[in-house]
Amino acid sequence: MKLYVPRDAAARGLGADEVAAAILAEAAKRGLTVDLVRNGSRGMVWLEPLVEVATDAGRLAFGPMTVADVPALFADLAAHPKALGLTEALPWMAKQTRLTFARVGVIDPLSLADYESHGGLAGLRRALGMDSAAIVAEVTESGLRGRGGAGFPTGIKWKTVAEAKADRKYIVCNADEGDSGTFADRMLMEGDPFTLIEGMVIAGIGTGATKGFVYLRSEYPDAIEVMTAAVDIARKSGLLGASVLGSGKAFDMEIRTGAGAYVCGEETSLLNSLEGKRGIVRAKPPLPALQGFMGKPTVVNNVISLATIPVIFERGAAFYKDFGLGRSRGTIPLQIAGNVKFGGLFEVAFGLTLGEIVDHIGGGTATGRPVKAVQVGGPLGAYFPRALFDTPFGYEEFGAKEGLIGHAGLVIFDETADMLKQARFAMEFCAIESCGKCTPCRIGAVRGVETVDRIAKGDADAIPLLTDLCSTMKSGSLCALGGFTPYPVMSALTHFPDDFAPAMKEAAE
Amino acid sequence: MSQTSTEIAARVGEILDAHEGMEGSLLPILHAIQAAYGYVPRDALPIIAKRLNLTRAEVHGVMSFYHDFREDPAGKHVLKLCRAEACQAMGGDRVAQHAQNRLGIDWHQTTKDGQITLEPVFCLGLCACAPAALVDGKVVGRVDEARLDAIIEGVR
Repeated sequence: MKLYVPRDAAARGLGADEVAAAILAEAAKRGLTVDLVRNGSRGMVWLEPLVEVATDAGRLAFGPMTVADVPALFADLAAHPKALGLTEALPWMAKQTRLTFARVGVIDPLSLADYESHGGLAGLRRALGMDSAAIVAEVTESGLRGRGGAGFPTGIKWKTVAEAKADRKYIVCNADEGDSGTFADRMLMEGDPFTLIEGMVIAGIGTGATKGFVYLRSEYPDAIEVMTAAVDIARKSGLLGASVLGSGKAFDMEIRTGAGAYVCGEETSLLNSLEGKRGIVRAKPPLPALQGFMGKPTVVNNVISLATIPVIFERGAAFYKDFGLGRSRGTIPLQIAGNVKFGGLFEVAFGLTLGEIVDHIGGGTATGRPVKAVQVGGPLGAYFPRALFDTPFGYEEFGAKEGLIGHAGLVIFDETADMLKQARFAMEFCAIESCGKCTPCRIGAVRGVETVDRIAKGDADAIPLLTDLCSTMKSGSLCALGGFTPYPVMSALTHFPDDFAPAMKEAAE
Repeated sequence: MSQTSTEIAARVGEILDAHEGMEGSLLPILHAIQAAYGYVPRDALPIIAKRLNLTRAEVHGVMSFYHDFREDPAGKHVLKLCRAEACQAMGGDRVAQHAQNRLGIDWHQTTKDGQITLEPVFCLGLCACAPAALVDGKVVGRVDEARLDAIIEGVR
């Protein structure tokens, strides 16, 4: 009997370890030998811990499982109280286009053999037969843009590094996924770490870099554990080292742990941190592509960008480019979170409207109350009201509505949310996490909190001040922390003006 | 040199040896020292500075920049509660208030018996099963008041 119990942090946070232990105990009691795989999560967090049992017809899903539900797994499966049917046939799974996440939740994350039998390394083998220019051209052709949020074309970044002349070049993976509402990087690293490693190796071969780093946030202990083990396995099996898969081309990598600074998700701050310095933002130019880690040409890409590289090389740029909308090509792993009925990860081509995502896929709020606002793109993303639910999910489309898609996390709030409080939090968070290098961010965020507090006390004169301050922060900050904090603040103020006049409203009543 | 500072010099020296030749080694070194002691002892800073050819102020500057590094030991158990938006949307603020009342401490403080340190964290990536907590490095999802009480009872 072969069973799957996720080792994903969300599943573990909901009791997966206890369920796995109960399965082994129950099997031992019955004198049965079971093959228990600790896989990644399928992304249906409301069903976690989701246990799967392999059958001739396919994998059957059971969830959300508790320890008490375990003994019935050893009886008639169809009669199990938590039986959901075939995993692949569940509507959440059937409606997706899983390219980057094709193997997550399917394979044993630390089995290279399992990885290869599900298409792994096919992309790298193809890339090893191509020259640098052809590899870069393939990435450019795919239309892939930075999935960390900035949306910069990945191929152009690679081209700059490939053409730079230097004795050393680096590939740095930004795994400092600090945005609230996002967990795609975490799920991928915990569920299919070899995809990221393969993507980084292809980046190295394509640009002439021989060393890679994954800068992984300390808040993800499970991902650190899996990635560290995977790099070790990759090195022992010749995927990393002096001759990648016997090609004669060298590439090796290290996992580095962050230390709790949100701003280190910004690429130049990340590079300083990786060099062992304070995570202070650097002014650009010089671009990291020319003078990055230790002053050498460096590709800095997000986890999802790099983890999408293998499928592009396996299936071809044209295949990948065929999905999407406008200038947003390919698929995007949506992370639906916060106050939502069906929360989790849903990978789909760009182009669904916000309303389809929130109402149809997410099923509305967990509390059952109406949706008031959706913050898209993390703490620096705008709050969208229901009136903007027709916005299609794409980089330019969200930009046109004074928002951003960021790392594609969506945090849903019900009608009890106080948007003035959310605006204040955005400023407070910026004040806590500011690296301190530029004045609009360092001072502006502190003044922002004070100004929102004045508005809360009924001082309507503070509203134009807040607007002015946001404009200064937006145009005067060195990086996205100070520069984008105005998005949540101004969207809250623009779309939910009633929440900014509580004192005046009380007086009127 | 007192007994403890001799011990620190030896142990920090071993950690520095293990990181010799590593590019940008200061964060890994600070993490390793904190893993060994539970905090970064003040006596370790001049030793690190000397080996990396930095000033003591530079090492202190790096250490104090990051939320993770402690100058003093934490309580026996560390309870981190997520304060970010997805957790707020699911009542995280209420749960955090409950934790503070229950433990009688504010953020970054340790209970009088030295058992529990309470810290804020901004996102554990458990945003679809919020509110989230990290208890001694173990993740917990859907933390309401009752679950929080059970966590506190469990570690005490």
